[in-house]
Amino acid sequence: MNDTILEVKNLTKHFKVGKNTVVHAVDDISFIIKKGKTLGLVGESGCGKSSCARTIIRIYEPDRGNIILNGKDITATSQKELKPIRKQIQMIFQDPYASLNARMTVRDIIAEPLVAHNIAKSKKQIDDLVFPVLELVGLSKEHASRYAHEFSGGQRQRIGIARALILRPQLVICDEPISALDVSIQAQVVNLLRDYQEKEGLCYLFIAHDLSMVRYVSDDVGVMYLGKLVEMCESNEIYKNPLHPYTKGLLSSVPIANPKLARKKETIAIGGDIPSPVNPPLGCRFHTRCLQATKKCSEMQPEMKEVSSGHYVSCHLY
Amino acid sequence: MVLEIDNLKVSFFTSNGEVQAVRGVSFGVNEGEILGVVGESGSGKSVTSMSILRLLAESAKLKEGSIKFEGKELTTLTKKEMQSIRGKDISMIFQDPMSSLNPLHTIGNQVAEMIEIHNTNLSKKEVKQRVLKLFEKIRIPEPEKRYNMYPHQFSGGMRQRIMIAIALANAPRLLIADEPTTALDVTIQDQILKLLRDLQKDSNTSIVFITHDLGVVAEICHRVVVLYGGLVMEEALVDDIFENPKHPYTLGLMASMPEVNQDKSIRLQSIKGSPPDMTNPPLGCPFAPRCNYARKMCATELPPYVEVGNKHRSMCWLLTEGAPSEHNPFK
Repeated sequence: MNDTILEVKNLTKHFKVGKNTVVHAVDDISFIIKKGKTLGLVGESGCGKSSCARTIIRIYEPDRGNIILNGKDITATSQKELKPIRKQIQMIFQDPYASLNARMTVRDIIAEPLVAHNIAKSKKQIDDLVFPVLELVGLSKEHASRYAHEFSGGQRQRIGIARALILRPQLVICDEPISALDVSIQAQVVNLLRDYQEKEGLCYLFIAHDLSMVRYVSDDVGVMYLGKLVEMCESNEIYKNPLHPYTKGLLSSVPIANPKLARKKETIAIGGDIPSPVNPPLGCRFHTRCLQATKKCSEMQPEMKEVSSGHYVSCHLY
Repeated sequence: MVLEIDNLKVSFFTSNGEVQAVRGVSFGVNEGEILGVVGESGSGKSVTSMSILRLLAESAKLKEGSIKFEGKELTTLTKKEMQSIRGKDISMIFQDPMSSLNPLHTIGNQVAEMIEIHNTNLSKKEVKQRVLKLFEKIRIPEPEKRYNMYPHQFSGGMRQRIMIAIALANAPRLLIADEPTTALDVTIQDQILKLLRDLQKDSNTSIVFITHDLGVVAEICHRVVVLYGGLVMEEALVDDIFENPKHPYTLGLMASMPEVNQDKSIRLQSIKGSPPDMTNPPLGCPFAPRCNYARKMCATELPPYVEVGNKHRSMCWLLTEGAPSEHNPFK
């Protein structure tokens, strides 16, 4: 078990939005990420995948549950003690336009974590660390003195990645790192992340709604619905043998880039919209849209069960 | 042909100089056809669609070319003549359903407005009847109740349905859908695509479907135009474009998406570099700086279109006579 980098146990985060209204953003989520591995989290907007990521690095304070990084429980660590730990977890954000400070040069953006953690002080020390990372992400020294607006979306995302990698973290949380990019650029960024993982053995928590990309980058995939983890297993398994009706529906609604197959495709459509997380449905949260729902589903919440080795699903059918 | 675009050139005049967004685009749309227009940001796909309805910003200028709708030239029409076509013969669905509806008016009134403008002879009651019928057609539950609700009370998918209702209110002969599902979740996208496909079958409306998602193209389109750098790179029937792509850019797009059963140990083939700066577009083929097969001439001379099959044309030097057979994916 020594190769477990991150363990999340029963993580719960609720937001109070009014006197009596509570958004159940993250509810009782547990998973493990091992050294050098990638866990993909998928789900529709509002399912709590980003909240989950933000709770793990304590941007949001968890209400319940444990976050264990390298065997150390950091759930209740004070912000001051947390600071050195934060070096080990970095984040890459979705929007490469909003996540870079427009008034800082690329060098200063990438060097900021070094300065914040007091790792490098002199100009030379900083340059010595920044330049190799710039090259690592496919930019060059000449780019260092420029500003973010001078770069394209894909290049900006590389700058964001350089900033996340400069501290040599053990875990990088990638929150939809490619959704804002053009198709031809997405592959560049994904290849970059994978190459670095092979070299350094770090792990990723990869959050996305593009299922085929998630399968491609992840070792394991977790499917979230309304704050709950409904299914989790090895990433090929989830595509070959999805068990939860929601996973099945989600997979079948992904367009296939092959017109002949697309015409033949049998879809298990998920009707309706995702219910509000303010008052999530009782019982199984998916039962309002599930075609296989029975009376039991609306009354009792299903437990997470291991139905075959490493394949977990939370559904009364199993 | 419902729509014929011929050698369209549109530029934006900005403080940084002339941005040549569309540099000679030609394509046609047949009756009852769903034509996919594929391209990345900056390829000129939205500018092309906006030019059809003459919805371009002040800074834009249509420099050259013609746009014919059912034989009628649109580029020379007066503002008033254009208004009688917009929303009636040609209508549009926009990408962002969150910002395309007026938050201060009820859903019902916004759909009704579209009908009233083009049918001044109808009574209020008749208009409402038509709106309710439309709601039924686009599968909005409890139409009577929804009529008096405001946009914020609807989800993204529902709002996009309302946008579709507005677009279809006057049974247009051409519908331009500019990334209508990009802002939606896959499950909702699936619902909207099905709806559009069904509506199109019923009414035989022609659709220009603008998207960057090849998966969506495969699901819904009959024919595809691939745009890059303000030019049509390749045009073909949907099966041909996926099975027999004849342009390095199309090849690159296909290879950069993982397939559902892709072997994970194989690296994705990314397209190197980034799209061209259209203030200073490349002299030759716009894709040459990123193309794995580019030769010297590609950078300096624009290749001609080569017919490579039934309704299949592509702009690439590799397809021309005298192209080398070595390092050529098409020979």
